[in-house]
Amino acid sequence: MKYELLIDISRALLLARWKQTLVAAIGVTFSITMFISLLSFMSGLNQLLDGLVINRTPHIRLYNDIKTSPVQPVALSANFKGASHHFVRSVKPKAARPEIRNSLAIIRALQKDPIVLGVAPKLVTQVFYNLGAVRINGIINGIQPEQEKRLFLFQDYVTSGAAGDLDRVSGGIILGKDIADKMMAAPGQVIYVTTITGTTVPLKVVGYFQSGLREIDQVNSYVSIATAQKLVGKPSNYITDIQIKLYDVGDAPALAMKLSKRFGVDAIDVQTENAQYETGSFIRSLISYAVGITLLVVAGFGIYNILNMIIYEKMDSIAILKATGFSGGDVQFIFTGIAAGIGISGGVIGLLLGFGGSLLIDQVPFETSSLPTVKTYPVNYNPVFYLIGFVFSVTTTFFAGYFPARKASRIDPVIIIRGK
Amino acid sequence: MKELILQTSHISKSFGDAVDVPVLSDINLQLAKGEFVSVTGKSGCGKSTLLYVLSTMDTDYDGELYIDGVCMNGKTEPQLARVRNEKIGFVFQFHYLLNEFSVLQNVMMPALRLGRWEADEIRQRAYDKLVTLDMAQHAQKKPNQLSGGQKQRVAIARALINDPLIIMGDEPTGNLDKRNSEIVFETFLQLAQTQGQTLLIVTHDQEFARRTGRTIQMQDGKVA
Repeated sequence: MKYELLIDISRALLLARWKQTLVAAIGVTFSITMFISLLSFMSGLNQLLDGLVINRTPHIRLYNDIKTSPVQPVALSANFKGASHHFVRSVKPKAARPEIRNSLAIIRALQKDPIVLGVAPKLVTQVFYNLGAVRINGIINGIQPEQEKRLFLFQDYVTSGAAGDLDRVSGGIILGKDIADKMMAAPGQVIYVTTITGTTVPLKVVGYFQSGLREIDQVNSYVSIATAQKLVGKPSNYITDIQIKLYDVGDAPALAMKLSKRFGVDAIDVQTENAQYETGSFIRSLISYAVGITLLVVAGFGIYNILNMIIYEKMDSIAILKATGFSGGDVQFIFTGIAAGIGISGGVIGLLLGFGGSLLIDQVPFETSSLPTVKTYPVNYNPVFYLIGFVFSVTTTFFAGYFPARKASRIDPVIIIRGK
Repeated sequence: MKELILQTSHISKSFGDAVDVPVLSDINLQLAKGEFVSVTGKSGCGKSTLLYVLSTMDTDYDGELYIDGVCMNGKTEPQLARVRNEKIGFVFQFHYLLNEFSVLQNVMMPALRLGRWEADEIRQRAYDKLVTLDMAQHAQKKPNQLSGGQKQRVAIARALINDPLIIMGDEPTGNLDKRNSEIVFETFLQLAQTQGQTLLIVTHDQEFARRTGRTIQMQDGKVA
């Protein structure tokens, strides 16, 4: 009953100056609206840009790097034990195949792991695209189209033709858009590539792909893994990369280390490989949050002002409440209640308008040649933003209300009443 | 000897920063149940200051104050608020009604804070108090629709709502014309005579003071 009464009084005082209250609430509403729209848009953009790389990047990639042995043979010799300096060093690696040994067993073992979403083998080899007498450097990726589609959204980047055609058309190739333009190769035509061993092989163009990153699109092409194995003249268990996608990308660094030890291969996780993208996202998010919080703080000052005004005007009411038995704590509760009323109502309306703003941004056309699948501005409707926005609005208004409310609670009724 | 409602022992108070200016010195008072007491004196003699000390709102004094046999010294602010809520009713020169609430709600407010009765019962009690003061027909109006005398009667109803041990008034008729002053005085007198209500009224109106049961004359911070 006590709190009911105090809330009643809060409401009455709030409505007594409803115009000023409304202005203060609109301040909160505006800031929360901006906060939500901005963050949703920024985060959507972040996801899009990160997705450009992250979506088609495996969470963990297993491969064999070409590197010199960390323990040089001379160090193993008993004769030179204890020598302070070895003159014979940096023995170069022999032309080892970048193949992953025992790849089928590794894939089978990975597929059983419950945190692994999927595994896709890949064979990467260098080729030359033959354009008349000119040879252009290129990379051919032998893939399993179905797995690539499932795990790395391959189909999204195939702008012409279908990824599945790689399996259906023997010797089919999906060319990068830029290299295809350079070679003037239309789907259905046959192009010639020269492998590193020197043989020239005809391949039939079945489609284009466009990643949005020019340096990828003018070098890379995709063929089925079987075609790639034929190109390099290796048996059907020869692969150079195992790509792993996890349910939770956060598990990648730990698992990468484990796999590297267990299978004796190199393993790199997406966080290590693409650290700069994360930095970019982080900075963009930081800016959005900073702007949102600044807006909220400004709104907080608005609330602070209106409360000070109400307190100044309602000095008499505060005095009589205290005289008739309301304690300082009760008075503080009343004025904190007013602040909370402004904050919560303004905040909730702000959340709704912010959602509306996000929907609006989502409708704005956004077409760019590098992002064939994106038609409008990207928006991330993450409920966490709404939660943060609400918590922020409540905390700011609480602090904006706390100091005036404390002032009100300390008003000495004797001074007010005797002053009349 | 009747039951003592309020008792002071050697209460002194002084204002002052560099030099102490005594406002109250060595006040010893006793108020018995059912007494109608007025405090008079010249302007600046300390009569209002005394009232605020007795009301527990002013805690900056020396000496001891007993209300209903309980010592008020050393009580915390919420405890004192509770004492005022439960045992003291106030009527000031200015009415101090909350314009955001109806007359009836204004009267109910201290009782809602006390929480001794259910809301419905409080509403009934508030209405009864308004009937006693002949203000029932204005129960749903807002205070700013009432005349000065009417507001003061609502303030009295509010002071009565929790059945206080004592009603304290600081110049309750100071702002009223002759006719309304008369009505307010009659109301106090009736409360004292018919319900045995204890009253302590500060006034500079000698006419008013003469008609009360006992008059405490103050001069230069002392009881004369």
